[in-house]
This record gives sequence, C-alpha cells and structure tokens, in this order.
Amino acid sequence: MEKKEHIISILVHNKPDVLARIAGALGGKGYNIESLSVNTTTSYEISKIVMTSVGNQATITRIENQLRRIVDVIAVDDLTNVESIHRELILVKLILTADSKAKIEKAIDTYKWKVIVSADTYIILEITGDKPQIDFALARLEPMGIADITRTGIVALALEN
Amino acid sequence: MKLKGSQILLKMLELEKVDIIFGYPGGTVLDIYDQLYKSKLKHILVRHEQGAVHAADGYARATGKVGVCLVTSGPGATNTVTGIATANMDSIPLVVFTGQVPTTLIGNDAFQECDITGITRPCTKHNFLVRNIEELAATIKEAFHIARTGRPGPVLVDLPKNVMAAEIDFDPATIQIRNHETIHKPAPKKMAQVYEMLSHAKRPLIMTGGGVILGKASSELTELSRKYQIPVTGTLMGIGSFPGTDPLWLGMLGMHGTYYANMAVSHCDLLIAVGVRFDDRVTGTIETFAANAQIVQIDIDPSSINKNVVVDLPIIGATKTTLQDMLKFLAEHNYMQQAAERKEWLEQIAGWKEQVPLTYCQNGKVIKPQQVIETLHKVTKGDVIITTEVGQNQMWTAQFFPFDLPNTFITSGGLGTMGYGLPAAIGVKCAFPDKQVVDIAGDGSIQMNIQELATAAQYNINVKIVLLNNGYLGMVRQWQELFYEKRYSHTDMTYAPDFVKLAEAFGIVGLRATKPEEIEPTLIKGLALNKPVLMDFRVSRDECVYPMVGPGSSISEMKLGTREMIN
Repeated sequence: MEKKEHIISILVHNKPDVLARIAGALGGKGYNIESLSVNTTTSYEISKIVMTSVGNQATITRIENQLRRIVDVIAVDDLTNVESIHRELILVKLILTADSKAKIEKAIDTYKWKVIVSADTYIILEITGDKPQIDFALARLEPMGIADITRTGIVALALEN
Repeated sequence: MKLKGSQILLKMLELEKVDIIFGYPGGTVLDIYDQLYKSKLKHILVRHEQGAVHAADGYARATGKVGVCLVTSGPGATNTVTGIATANMDSIPLVVFTGQVPTTLIGNDAFQECDITGITRPCTKHNFLVRNIEELAATIKEAFHIARTGRPGPVLVDLPKNVMAAEIDFDPATIQIRNHETIHKPAPKKMAQVYEMLSHAKRPLIMTGGGVILGKASSELTELSRKYQIPVTGTLMGIGSFPGTDPLWLGMLGMHGTYYANMAVSHCDLLIAVGVRFDDRVTGTIETFAANAQIVQIDIDPSSINKNVVVDLPIIGATKTTLQDMLKFLAEHNYMQQAAERKEWLEQIAGWKEQVPLTYCQNGKVIKPQQVIETLHKVTKGDVIITTEVGQNQMWTAQFFPFDLPNTFITSGGLGTMGYGLPAAIGVKCAFPDKQVVDIAGDGSIQMNIQELATAAQYNINVKIVLLNNGYLGMVRQWQELFYEKRYSHTDMTYAPDFVKLAEAFGIVGLRATKPEEIEPTLIKGLALNKPVLMDFRVSRDECVYPMVGPGSSISEMKLGTREMIN
C-alpha cells in the first residue's frame, strides 16, 4: 500500500493533558506526528487538533483507532480521503541590506507577499498557503537571507461534513 | 449537606456499591484513612502497593465488578504501576485512588510528590487529577463508569490532600457525567456474511478470548459451538469461557498450545475469533497463522481489529450481543452444518488428539509439576478458583487443569507479571470467602510478592499456595536449554528460603511434598485446613513445557519434547 501524508482532524474535550494523551498514545505505539495544530473551537470546552502523519492506509487506520480509544477524543476524521482545504502560515524575518533591499521589494511586489512589520533594517512577512505554496515561497525567500522563521502546523477543513 | 472531600470519596464508593478496598496508608491519604476509621467499608491492609492492585485485580476478574485500591502519593503511587499495567493489558476494570501533595505544592518537587497521572497515562484506560473539590464527586463517578464500560480497563484518580480536606455541599442526585456506553448497532449484513461463510466452511473453528469472559458471553459462545458442532480453541485469557471438559474444547492454542489446537488453527478454513487480539504468543509467525482460513473477528475495540492479523470480516461490537445476533440469524435462516463434512473435520481433530495428546512422562521417583495440577483437579473436582504466577506454573495450569466456568482461571496474560498470583488469590478469596482459592505458583514468582503472606495471615484469608518448586526460573531456563545451548545464565534459584519455615514465620501453615505419593495427601491436608497454607512441592528440576512453538516459527511447527511423550 502506498505511503503518503494524511491530515487527521481530531475533535477533543479541552481537558488537561489531552494533547499529552494524544502524543503519548501515538508516540508510545511508534507512530510519528509530522505536523500539529491545536486550538479551541467556538466552544472553549472543545478543541480541534489537526495533525499529519505519514503512512499507508492500514497504518493510518491504526492511528485513527488508537486515537478513538482515548476517552477525551470525540471524533477522528482523515481529511485526506475527503475534499478538503489545507493552510499553513509562516512568519519570516528578512534583514535588509544595501544589496538585498531592491530584490526583496521586487519579490514582495511580484508574489503579493504581506508585509506586517517594516523597519529600517528588517521586514517581517506573513505568508499563508497550502504546503506547495509555502514551499514555493520558502524557495524564493531562502536566497534573500532568512534571519528567523516560524511555520505553523497544517490546519484543514473538509468542504462537506 | 456540607461534606469533606474524604467523606465524599467514601460516599461515592458506597453509591458505586464497593464492598472492599485494598490499600496502604501514607501522608497524603491520612484524611481518607481517618474517615475509614469510622467507616463500615472493608479495607484490607496489604504489605506492598503492588499487592493492593493485584488483589483488586483478582477481585475484579473473579466477580466481574470494578476492583478498588487506595494508596498514598509518591512511592505509594509508583508502586502501583506494575499492577495497573497488568490490569490494562488484560482489560480489567479497576479504580486506583492515589494520594497527591496539596495542589499548591504540585510541581514543587514536594516530599512524596510524583506526577502519577503522567507516569500512568500509557498504562491506564484513563486517569484524572482532581484539581478542586467541585469536580470530585463527578470524577469518581466517571472513573467507575469508564473502568467498566466498553473495553474495560484501569482508571487512576489522583487526590490532592487539600481537596480531601476541603468542604462542599454534596448532593449525589446532581452529579452529571459523560456517557461512555457503547451503543449496540446490529449488523444484519455481517450476520448474513457469517452465515455464507459458515455454509461454505468445511473446517470451521472458534477461537475464544478474554473478551468473551469480560463480555459475559460464555453461554452464547458455548451455544454456538455445541449447536453447530464447531470445535473451540482459546487463548490464555479465554480459558474458562468454554467448558474445558467438553469434547469440542481443544485447549489453548499458540506457543504452549496443544498439538491438536495448533493443527486445527493451521488447517481450519474458517476461524471465528471472538474477543481476542491475536497476541504474538498466540499467532507464531503471522504469515502462516490460519493461512488456510477466512477469519471473522468480533471485538468491542476497533483498535484490536487488523492490528496483527488482517481479517476477512471484522465485526465491531460487544461479544455477547454480537453472538446473540449471530445465533438468532443462524437459527432464523435454518443454518445446519452439513453433518458428514463436519464429522470428517471432527475426526481429523480427534486423530491429532490421539497422535499427540497433552501428556508428560512420570517415572514415579520425582514429582512432576503436571501431576500436581492434575491431582489438584482430582481432589477439588474442579470446584475451585485458581490464580497463577507467571512462567511454567502458569502454562502447566492452562494445559492440565480443565476449567469449566468463566472467571475461575485468574492469570496475568498480556503483561505476564511475576508475583501476581498470591495477591490476586487474596483478592479472589475476599470476594468468595466460601470458595476454595488456590494460587499455583513457581518458586521464582512467589518471592516477588511473598510479603502478602502477612496480609493473608492477618485477616486469615484462607488462600492455598501450591508451589511448584524446581529451584529455577523455569521458563527462562527452558528457553536457555532450547535456544541458548544450555547456558543457564542466572536462572538457578537453588538459594531460596525454606518455604515451610517461611510460611510458619508468617503465621500460616507450611507443608512439603518430595515424592509423587505425597502429592495427594498433601493437597487433601492443605486444602482442608481453615488457614492459609503454603504447600511446597519439590518438583522435577528440568521439566519443560511442551508443546512449544519456538520464536519465529509457525504454530504448526511444535517442539514436542522427548520421544516417549508421544504415545
């Protein structure tokens, strides 16, 4: 069976340790979490966790079943098997030098990157997109000298429930 | 009515109909023990917290109810971990209450503080740290509910000292918890598939596991087998779920399974697996396990399905209701096996049974451990609840003692915890004071929780210990003999206490048998006494458990031991 990245959406009761339970249940059974995003939903009582893990369908099914054993887990959905949208967000700090300034400004203009802080010596960009879009942006940014970067885990939403 | 946390705990135990707890006091649970002093709730003071958990576990396995223990924080709590992991692997419902330092000190490395919810997260079904008195009553109620519903398991509740001392209005009528009950979904399509598979099967076989005992589905399973003449094999945890004296019972399968059970699994064309999880000790090499069969698997826990063995028809549901549905469907659709074909299959199995029966050699000079177990069955007529330690003693009991009823064979299957048998027997005897309760032990295992003899003595908990004493860690020694060219590295336990004197020192009775003719009189004498008794049977030192499937082998490839064993 084909190994690929699966995006798993987990609805949980927002109880103490719930993230530790999920990380522990998967880590303890030898499954890896590649990316993770956690926050409360419209209710503070319920949180949504979006994680990605790489494996064939049988492995991913085992991961889902392990997650469902956790008492605080309400629902588990593999968004890879349904139509869904995915986004990541990066914050990137670039140092402005005499050499780079013009190049960076041109790129911002070309790619419509969002500048959220603009100082004399550096700028900070906020870029969102799906994984290929973020990877594309990073490939362009790297030669310009990234001083610091933060990349979120994937968030995802199914088009139809 | 305003009550203290410690009073609410005892009130909740009363509401949960808890009649006994196993525990050990300490600093952070002083408030609770102070309430126990005034309470009618029965408390058994063990000698080590591991013993408390095994005792509660034995009580739970024998009664089907939730076992309860209470220990202090720090080392009291960490000492429960092996017991909790034991219960978790075998899905035994427990609620373990641990003391905790006051909430204001948590995280300060306070005296006897430890993060017990963190430590036990991977080996409990769920656990709780009660952070304030408002959530105490509901947490206790939910803990019991979680422990006993769905696939059961141990739940730990960590109780900070200040929460036990705080006061709040207590009204049991207002307690609300989440419902964790699994809803039974009938699966008529799957039942039709089972019907189809059975109709085409010439060599069907049922494999029963611990889920049948936990799910109280023994009578349904027995009906399925007897009505349609389907032979039954079982995992270690499934022993007792089908009558061990029924001709359709093939005994245990797997590493130390009978020749005929393993041959039947290897040759069957339909395997109906109920409440099992296909442990590696059961399957041998996965590729060759039931290679000729379609497999139906019934389990309440989806994570047990397709975990080790990929099955053809998974049915997720409680074993009892699923088997009831199956029986109903088969009856309504007039399922009848083709008698002639079934006869051939049963004859083939009878042939294997005749070819390699479960047996051992006796020379009349030394006591053979199997003979002790057979004699125990003879003198008790099987009317006994047996616990075991772990190792050869456990395997011989599984092989040579026919269990006719569920909840009468109490053993640590998944985790394989040495030192389990004695405290578990104490727990069982507390549940059934009028029943004969026997711990079949080895000399290695019994020493791991030997301190519990003091508990048995203090309360005159009349358990009997049948010690199969070979002066070795026998099962490890057996592996060394068979797979490590007889290099007996650190398995000789000849240096051991005089168990008869040790028993006497604890204030119980010690008996010894060294010759085969002493087996029966020793057992009769020991079982008749109204006191705990340790019977030290000096058995053949190098007896091995056979059949044996070597590591990395198919279960059809068994070592059968010495030549004379066959016939």
